[in-house]
Formats: sequence, structure tokens, C-alpha cells
Amino acid sequence: MPLSSDEASRFADLLKEHAESLTARWVELAGASLRGRLSSAELRRQLDDLRKGFEQAMRSGSAHLTDEGSAELRAQLAEISGHRARQGFSATETAVSIFALKDAVLEALGNGDDAGTLRDYVAFSAFVDRAALFTFDSYVQVRESLIADQAEQLLELSTPVVKLWDGVVAVPLVGTLDSARAQVVMERLLQTLVDTGSPYAIIDITGVPAVDTQVAQHVLKTVVAARLMGADCIISGIRPQIAQTIVALGIEFGDIATKASLADALRYVLNKTNRSLNTKRTER
Amino acid sequence: MERVPVLKIGDILLVSIQIDMEDQVALQLQEDLADRIVATGCHGVIIDISALDIVDSFVGRTLATIASVSRVLDAETVVVGMRPAVAITLVELGLSLPGIRTALNVELGIELLARSRQDELTELDFDEDEPDAAAVSTS
Repeated sequence: MPLSSDEASRFADLLKEHAESLTARWVELAGASLRGRLSSAELRRQLDDLRKGFEQAMRSGSAHLTDEGSAELRAQLAEISGHRARQGFSATETAVSIFALKDAVLEALGNGDDAGTLRDYVAFSAFVDRAALFTFDSYVQVRESLIADQAEQLLELSTPVVKLWDGVVAVPLVGTLDSARAQVVMERLLQTLVDTGSPYAIIDITGVPAVDTQVAQHVLKTVVAARLMGADCIISGIRPQIAQTIVALGIEFGDIATKASLADALRYVLNKTNRSLNTKRTER
Repeated sequence: MERVPVLKIGDILLVSIQIDMEDQVALQLQEDLADRIVATGCHGVIIDISALDIVDSFVGRTLATIASVSRVLDAETVVVGMRPAVAITLVELGLSLPGIRTALNVELGIELLARSRQDELTELDFDEDEPDAAAVSTS
């Protein structure tokens, strides 16, 4: 049931008239559910701003939260919700803070028990409900953008390519390999091979918690691509459990060298390069 | 029609592809190379594709054919300088170019050829030396 314009203006008067006591009561009610995690001065400032926002929205006669007159109120709600989301409050706690306004207003209305007051109150309370739901929405939005940011950061920090020796680079893979990450790892490794002219690359999977067929597929693709470019890949850091999984899944690494530890892989590569150095020396 | 130049450096023929590999260009290169290998008696071919943005399945197959043809003529083929993007695309297409040797750049390609040539020669040496070595160990 939307607010009619004179109902709205009556509430605007009420919010203005009882400003002091209403805010005090609201802070008290909302503070109870937050259990002291927000200082009461800050809560008071937030809620007083909100009360002004509500008053302004009522004054402009907006029947719905989506109306032009409520734009400022919406902005305030979004800000508070976003702020709380970052501070780690739950969506419910934020919404309950808004709901507390209804109780505070009910007390301010006093004991008038005529049907008109009741109807007014129901309409106003519907408006507050929508405001609380709005904080829910913006809470979720803020959280989602946080998650998206973190996923992006994770992608950036996850794939260093380090130079181990002259002509030997290593990629210590850490964390679960999904398609997006595998793509990034592959591109970065191949680019490093070109930039440094290293004919050997060691892919270390010590930090990969589980190897399934998909992960193996990604690693194999990387190795084949590196071979096409003229570099040899060695897979190292295979833990006993993972070795068993690989065999159980029937994954074939073919003629790709696999070593138990990074040290073994490095020794293997150095042996190979030494041999080629020695043959070159005997040639002279 | 554009042609890809074939340069002779010592015992190696160097082919640096700087133009788009159209099918006709690829076929022409295949013929030219076979002629030049026979004419010069070189034992190594290096094909530099670092300027190629696109390697399609036809070019891939032509490279494989060139490698086979030169092997018949006793020349080893090395494809060098494949770009990461090209390698990834070929892998995604399922083309792993079997039978082609690869190196990261021309320098490493020359090294690779020298090494494999050396291996062949030392194998021959071993064959000759073996009776002597056996004689030394028994005496």
C-alpha cells in the first residue's frame, strides 16, 4: 500500500517534531543488535542522517523508494550498506538497523488507537521495509564487487615465472588450476621463454592441492605448446598422493620428464645442458 | 607471386619468412628448398617463423612435409621462433606438428643442428674405434 501525499507529509512532520527523541530511541534499538561493534556516536550520526533522509523523502511526497524525491535517501542507504559490508556486518544486521525505525516511530506515535493512525503507520512501515530491502541489495552488490576484485588480484599474483639457472626457468604453481588461470600461466610461461631464450622450463606443481584430468590437460597443453616453440618442459613436485591419483585416472604424460622434487628436476636439466656443453667442448 | 628467400650460411640453409604464408607461397618454398638442398649439399635447414602471426593447418602440414623431404635429402630441419600465441592456437587445434624439431631462436637452432650433426659423426667414430677400444681393454 503506497503512501498518499498527506500521509507522507504527516510523517515528515512527525520525523521533524520528534527528531531528538526518535533518533535517540532508534540508536538504542539499532545499537542493541550491533552489540557495540559500532560506536554509538557513529551510529547516531549515521541514523540521524538517515532520519533526515527519510524526512526529506516524505516531504517531497514520494510514495515509493524508487521515486525522484527519494534519490538522496537511496544514496544514503547504499553508502551505509556498503560501509557496513566492508566492515564485516551481515546483511541482516544492516537491515535490522533500518527496521528499528519502525519501532521508534510507533513509540513516537503514542497511544492514538484510531484507524487512521494505524493505516498511516502500515503505509509508512511498508516504505521502511522497502528501504531495508534496498540495503540488502546494495550489500550484495558491494560484496560481489569485492569478490570480483579479489578474484582478479588472485589471478595477478598467482603466476610468477622465475629464472633458476642460465637457460632454465621455473613456474611454481600454487592453488587450484582452473581454465582461466591455466591460460594465464601458459601465456606468461611461453612469453618468458621467448624473452629469456631459455630452452628449459620446469613446471612445479607442489602447491597444487589436487590434480584431476582437467588440470592435467592444462599442464599437458602447456608442455606441448612449449615444445612447439622449441623448449623442453619438466614437471616436478609430484606428491605421492597425486602420483597415485594420476595413475588411477589413467593420465598419460607420455615422454614428458616428471620428477618428484624441484631439486631433482634442476639436476636433470643441468645434466642435460652439461652434456651438451661437454660435447661442444670435445668438438673443439 | 612473392617468394621466400633461402640463404646459405656455412652448412645451413636459413629461411626467414617475413610475409603472409599463403598456400602457393608455402608450396613454392617447399620446392625451392628441395632444389637448394640438393644444389648446395647443406645438412641443416632453419625456418624462422618469428614474424608469422598465423600458422594454419596447411602451413603446419607444409612445414612437416618440408622436414620429411629434407630428411630424405640428409638435411635436418629446425623450425625456430614460433610465437606463444601461435603455439597456443596450434595446441588448441590439436596440431602438435610431429616430426618437426623446434628451437626458441635462430641461435639455439644453429646449436641444435650442430649438436645433432656432432652426434651423428661421433656415432660413426665410435663404430670405427670400437675394435681398438676392445683391444685396449683386453690387453
